[in-house]
This record gives sequence, C-alpha cells and structure tokens, in this order.
Amino acid sequence: MSKHSWQPSCTIKELQKRAQMLALIRDFFAKNNVLEVETPLLCQATGTDPQLDFFTSTYQQSPFEKKLFLQTSPEFAMKRLLAAGSGSIYQICKAFRNGEQGRFHNPEFTLLEWYRIEFNLNQLMDEVASLICTLLEPKLVIKKVIKITYATLFFQKTGLNPLEYKPHLYKKYALSHAIPEAISLCEHNHDLWLDFIFSHHIQPTLIGEQIYLVHSYLASQASLARINADDPAIADRFEVFVNGIELGNGFFELADEAEQTLRFEQEIAFRKTNNRPLVSKDCRFLAALKAGLPDCCGVAIGLDRLLMLSTANVAIDDVLAFPLDRA
Amino acid sequence: MATYSTNEFKAGLKIMIDADPCAIIENEFVKPGKGQAFSRVKIRNLKTGRVIERTYKSGESVEGADVIDIEMQYLYTDGEFWHFMVPDTYEQYQADKNAVIEAMKWLKDQDICTMTLWNDVPLSIIPPNFVELSITETDPGLKGDTSGGGGKPATLETGAVVRVPLFVQIGEVIKVDTRSGDYVGRVKS
Repeated sequence: MSKHSWQPSCTIKELQKRAQMLALIRDFFAKNNVLEVETPLLCQATGTDPQLDFFTSTYQQSPFEKKLFLQTSPEFAMKRLLAAGSGSIYQICKAFRNGEQGRFHNPEFTLLEWYRIEFNLNQLMDEVASLICTLLEPKLVIKKVIKITYATLFFQKTGLNPLEYKPHLYKKYALSHAIPEAISLCEHNHDLWLDFIFSHHIQPTLIGEQIYLVHSYLASQASLARINADDPAIADRFEVFVNGIELGNGFFELADEAEQTLRFEQEIAFRKTNNRPLVSKDCRFLAALKAGLPDCCGVAIGLDRLLMLSTANVAIDDVLAFPLDRA
Repeated sequence: MATYSTNEFKAGLKIMIDADPCAIIENEFVKPGKGQAFSRVKIRNLKTGRVIERTYKSGESVEGADVIDIEMQYLYTDGEFWHFMVPDTYEQYQADKNAVIEAMKWLKDQDICTMTLWNDVPLSIIPPNFVELSITETDPGLKGDTSGGGGKPATLETGAVVRVPLFVQIGEVIKVDTRSGDYVGRVKS
C-alpha cells in the first residue's frame, strides 16, 4: 500500500452488499416489531471489562473540559431505554475498541445490537440463527443450526472438562497439542487456559455450512449475563460462530443492580492491580437497573465479519471502505 | 538488543525464541469477544529452518534477534568452510556446512548471494534467484528434438542435478531458478 493511498480497500461490490445487508436487517426488525434506536457514541461513562480498551476524547467548552469515551458497545444506553419502557429495540452503530487490529479486527467497527423483551435465551438464539441465515445467503447456505453447551463442546474437542480445573490435565493437553507455551502463559489462571484453548483449538473447528450457537458459558465468564437459575456454575450466555469466526455474543441480561455493582467493582479492582486504565461505574446505567430492567435477552453481532462471510472475503479490511490504516 | 511488543510483530521481524533466532512469517491477532487477546505467530527458526507456531499474550514483549542480511560474494570452499566476502569492505566471512547446506549446490565462485548473520556469525546463505551453470554430465539426447515432454536429468558444475529438455548437451551453460530448481533456458555464449 502506498503511503497516501486514497482508494477504499474494499470494492464497490462490497459497498453495495453492505447497503443490501443493512436494508435486510431493517426489514427483518420492522416485520418483527422491533424499534430502531440511536444512542450516543460519545459517552460520559463506559464499560469496565478489563479486556476491552477504550478510546477517550476531551470535550472542550472553555473553561470546562470533560473526558468522554467512545463507546465499546451501546449496551448500557440501550438498557436505559429498555428500563424506560421502550419495548424490544435494535441499533446499528459503530463501536470502538482500542488496540484491536488484525484479520478479524478493526478498532472501529459496525455492531448490530438488539434486545427482546420476555424472550428466553433459546428464543433469541433461534432469532439470531434465522437472521444470520438470511444475511449469509446466497453465498453461504446454512444447512444446520447446532446448539451446544460450552462444556459439551469443550469436552468433545479436547477431552477436558472446562468446569473443573485440574492443572496436570491442562498441562498434559498443552504438551501433547503443540502449545507448550500455554503453560507459562496461563499459569494457574483457569479462564485464561479456557480462552487459550478455545480460541486456538476449538473455534477454528466450528466450520462448514453450519451455525454454531455455543451456550451455557462458565459463571466466571458471565460478563453481563445472568447466572443460571438452576446451576450456579454456568451463565445464561451464548456466542455464535460461523466458519470459525465469532460473530456475536448474547445474554439473558443481568438486571440485578446489586450484582451488577459487584461485578463492576471486581473489574475495577482487576484494572487497578493490573495497571489498566481506570474507569468508574456507569451510575446512570445502575440507576436504570434499580428502576427496573424488564426481563430480556440481548445480543450483539459484528456486521463487518458477517459481511466478510456473505461476500466470501478472508479479511475485515476487504469489506471496509477505509480501515484504520486508510482512515 | 531491543525488545518488541506483540503490537510491533509483523512478517520479517527477527526475534529470539527458546534462545534461537527466528523470523516472523505471519502474525495473527486472536481475541475472544470476552477475554484475553493473543498474538499467534508463525515463525521460522533461522538456525534449523523449521517452521513453528507460538502464541503470546497481547502486549507482551519479546527480545529481538540481532540478525541481518548482507549481500556477499562467494569466494571458494576449503572443504570444511565456505568463504565469502563483502564486496564493498572486503571483509571476509567463513560459513560452516550447516549454514550453506541449502545453498551449496548452487554456489559458483564470484556469484553474489545473501548471507544471514546472527551476532555476526553466518547462519544461512540464500543463493541468487537465478544462476548460470554449465552441464558436466547428461545423456546425449536426440538432436533436433524440441518437443517439451519428459526431459532428462543433467548434472551441473556445482553438483546440482536438474531436469533439462532433451536437446540440451554437455558443456552448454543453462539458467536455473534456485528457488524451484527448475531449468529456465540455455544461455547463449
């Protein structure tokens, strides 16, 4: 690439496919009576997830200055709308994640996020599969939707039980599967072991003309999902994969203000001990939970990756007009 | 030596892995939606030539390897060492068999090749992409046969054996692509 390359990195055909995809999504939700909304990209608060780095900017209105975050996801703002009585909603927006660049990542990307009031996780998974099937055709015709629990899938692919951390078994797995570096990298961090093995050895096998809906993640990886009512070891969370690519992540949304506050505090403490940029709890979001978030399930889908699949491209840059290096 | 963060990883970067100098072939940013980010690199061990994969935590730092590529002229071999010279400075280097093993069958006096040095010690030699060598041995094929098919083996002055068309004869000089080992054409003298 020349230094001052001005052309888009995708072709005009991809621009047209993107426009078609957006029209199909809007049509899908209009038919299902889900309301399209917009929430701010510049926010006064942001998520505390220690694995997500944010962008900050400074709002200047002399003599005042205010730090504003570019949102890593519209989740908190959308939940405030739900608590205010919006009913089921969706949004197509940009999200920003600092330091994430690669074949499947651009620090600025397009998210489709939606929330369904009174849906359970299973209903939402069905809706996700149905929408994704529609958007992938005709390039990729899905023959089968596979719903599987995280633990079953993990065990099938590795012989390891992810619910139980037995250091010698994980070590043995690493040594016999050409990832000896995992031993020093993961040490005794069970979640790190799971992330390492899942992203290196399981996710790449989730291929073919199939949609994989992996659900019932471990409680330690609940993120913003509820802990399962019957089994405290697992969370009501799923992820969706096609062709080895992670397309999205869904939750039965945590509505308990006290528990949400606790999770924020744990993540803030982790940020402190690991010298990550500090953030404070989003008080407006917590106030909305206190006022009452209706029971709902929500999911976020990375539309650039979906477009990659529906145009048979291999890198996110192939479907973006101007990825970071040309932005 | 400098250290490099995984964010600086790119094809061609030379880093130390398990005390061996390695070159990055490919770097992939791997990140679960919720969870730790990794850098998965494909690397070539510059000592053994082996290609392996290795994962780092995103943001981790790795020691760089003092590895450089220099153009050198091949001089001669004494059987134990192969001697090279930097044309500009006349500085000489002797490489052992391990370093020249891949290149030795293409090396002809005076040819310019690329030497990879690690801490100023020769690690490997890359021959020129094309070499011109004379044929020392081959079956006398049918004269005038210009049909492409088949061909025959021919031994070159450096000992390399390549497949040549039937019409090519002993004593002729041919051009060979050292990356594939393929015959390219006859060189008119």
